[in-house]
Amino acid sequence: MLNPDRRLFLKGTALIGCSAAAHPLMSSMTFAALPGDNRLVVIILRGAMDGLDVIQPYGDPALRQLRRKLATGPDRGALDLDGFYALHPGLAPLMPLWKNGELAFAHAVSTPYRDKRSHFDGQDVLEAGTGNDLPVDRRVGGWLNRLLLATPGATAETAYSVGVEQMKILSGEAAHLSWAPRASLDLSAQAQLLLEHVYQADPLFRDAARDAIQIGAESMDMTRTQGPTADATALGAFTASRLNGESRIAAFSIAGWDTHANQEVVLGRALDRLAAAILALRDGLGANWGRTTVLAMTEFGRTVRENGSGGTDHGTGGALIMAGGAIRGGRAYGEWPGLGEGQLYAGRDLMPTRDIRAYAGWAMQGLFGIERDRLERAVFPGLELGEDPGILA
Amino acid sequence: MSLGFPELAAIRLGYGLSPLMPPPQDADAVLAGVARAAPGADAVTTDEAREFHLRLGELSKARKQGDKKAVDEYRTFARSLSRLTVIDLQRRMVRAVDDPVGFGERLVQFWSDHFTIRPMGAGQNPLAMAFADEAIRPHLTGRFEDMYVAAETHPMMMLYLDQTASRGPNSPFAQKRKERGFGLNENLAREALELHSMGVGAPYSQKDVRELAELLTGMTYTPAKGVVFQPQMAEPGAETVLGESYGGGRADMADIRAALTDIARRPETAQYVSKKLAVHFFSDTPPEPLVRDMVQTWRETGGDLARVYRVMVGHPALAQTMGQKIRQPFDLLAAGFRALGVTGQKIAALEHPQNARWLFNAMNSMGQPWGRQKGPDGWPEEASAWIAPQQLAARINWSLRMPRQMLDELPDPRELLETTFRGGQSPELAWAVPKAESRAEGVALILASSDFNRR
Repeated sequence: MLNPDRRLFLKGTALIGCSAAAHPLMSSMTFAALPGDNRLVVIILRGAMDGLDVIQPYGDPALRQLRRKLATGPDRGALDLDGFYALHPGLAPLMPLWKNGELAFAHAVSTPYRDKRSHFDGQDVLEAGTGNDLPVDRRVGGWLNRLLLATPGATAETAYSVGVEQMKILSGEAAHLSWAPRASLDLSAQAQLLLEHVYQADPLFRDAARDAIQIGAESMDMTRTQGPTADATALGAFTASRLNGESRIAAFSIAGWDTHANQEVVLGRALDRLAAAILALRDGLGANWGRTTVLAMTEFGRTVRENGSGGTDHGTGGALIMAGGAIRGGRAYGEWPGLGEGQLYAGRDLMPTRDIRAYAGWAMQGLFGIERDRLERAVFPGLELGEDPGILA
Repeated sequence: MSLGFPELAAIRLGYGLSPLMPPPQDADAVLAGVARAAPGADAVTTDEAREFHLRLGELSKARKQGDKKAVDEYRTFARSLSRLTVIDLQRRMVRAVDDPVGFGERLVQFWSDHFTIRPMGAGQNPLAMAFADEAIRPHLTGRFEDMYVAAETHPMMMLYLDQTASRGPNSPFAQKRKERGFGLNENLAREALELHSMGVGAPYSQKDVRELAELLTGMTYTPAKGVVFQPQMAEPGAETVLGESYGGGRADMADIRAALTDIARRPETAQYVSKKLAVHFFSDTPPEPLVRDMVQTWRETGGDLARVYRVMVGHPALAQTMGQKIRQPFDLLAAGFRALGVTGQKIAALEHPQNARWLFNAMNSMGQPWGRQKGPDGWPEEASAWIAPQQLAARINWSLRMPRQMLDELPDPRELLETTFRGGQSPELAWAVPKAESRAEGVALILASSDFNRR
């Protein structure tokens, strides 16, 4: 029969790290202190979120001229934020956070990616965190991975890629863990025991199965919500559960922002998911929410004019949404470029006034103490961080 | 226990053993089987694909003009186009499962991945299907240069790597529209050298990339006109690529073909592509003698692919590197269906949404969303890219679910163990299978085992 101690051993290793040497994911394991108590979550909004509809600059009179069908401003259902910007009603569940200083945004931001407006290339640039000096397909490795390399004491457990798909933002040399919240292992005790036996001579399968069984068991307790926002809630809740443990950095993505047609409905659904994910993070993190910064970033914005099918097309400048108890929220960041003639990018898009990476860079500086020089050369090579926007409380 | 050639060939070069058909008896049987991977009766052509794309455009236009009927028609048509991704996966799976040898279909996958394309939007889905039927399947056993030229000049590749957006900066077309800023797009030229032929380490320069891109200008595609050569978009003058001069007279496709053919014939191409074949079929770190033998044959035969395959099929490395590769999710599904005796007919009968859930979604959760490769470098080869914890969990869950989805009655796990491995199973698996609590778990142990997930 199988040695009963072995099973205990398999269950225990990931918890106490006693077999770190045998675990490829933990090859960088040291017993140095973890990189502090602060937490960073990056949500990639795939499909290009229309920042102008999510945070509506209704104080700019040109907005209503450009968007006659899409509802804009507080008199058409949006929630006034500061007399100039109004929040899309789809994010109404987040208004308490705004009032608490736990929600903020920066308008007119972008990556250095320009003009071709391809989702795939745009997301690659966003996740790689590099500039335009390299061909798109050479931008390998993500900026969160380079952050790990720059963080003393980081281990595989420090960072989590959450979801089924590979997150390029975390790919690279530094070890990290990955799991999809809906991935589960519905194995009987006997099947699990037998499978462990079958894998025991194959380290690749043995270690992956150990993590899968361990993580799968830990995440079993999570509330299984139903409905259209269930996946987003699961992403947020699972991420929170890891950040309450040893993890400090996590990334996942929410898709569905490509609103070429019928934007009112499509964007509403995407915003429901985003709000659900952020609230699940807050609820799941409990007291740790106070040390958490959430950055929701998209590959680019959308055209300032609505198109003929009740939507908007691929643009340039967009918006960054920030949340968490660690931020100085309840305010708008960034320089507003205006929507008038001559103020647009290429006559059609919101003019970017700041590189979105600068906000992420300053967040990492404040949360993990990464020096400016390191941020500008290693994490975001070639970026000039510029002035500190002061987004952290 | 060591396996004989038939079992090794079925597991390593095909989609595994099946109780419904015998494995190939010798190298000739393996190689002869490749002919079955030629374009089938259901082959899609570029002309058909253009019609679909144009129709979508017409409906989209009518819809935007407020034609109420067109709104519904557009939605129905767009939906059926978007479902083609799953339909294409399904038809590929049927061929993989039913082919007695499987090597031909494995080659279709290898070359389709070597020349990765990705449809941008549902309108391009038929063209992506045409790419495999026109650029890959007809050239599986020909010379590499024929497949290479067919792939680089196929409209799907032109769209994917932005050739359709590339114009000679000094061409009459760009000069007449200076304010529009038309210019060169190097994407296709770069990948034609870097990913598709010589490899990134080869001695070519940025200047070669640029001049090849200039030579490629004029070659373009639109759904309305098909593939055309537009001399007014071509960069004037001769271009020098890898020391050879091309063009200079009236620009046309012949110069492009000549340059591509020369690149395909380079010794660096023989080295790079032979090694890539060896990595895909044998090991992430293939034995040096195998690669050397393949390169030698490639160079002696002018890149005759059938001859290169013969070296692979007959090489001692086939046995030596057994088990070093992970079955990619597509291969795992095909091998699982074959092992259980699920026929292609049964897979072909799956309708929406079952075909999406049981094929596409299953592979997606294992990390291989069909047709959605992240970049032109295609799917990863290395074992670790496929066995992350959540991916392995998806493989295990599939092993539990799939047999119940596809079969009314599950096989006896002990018999399945025998027909699937013919004695090649590990002692650990042989020990565990009879101890399973139920048939379902016994079958799942086999499908989830490292024995079965490796080849």
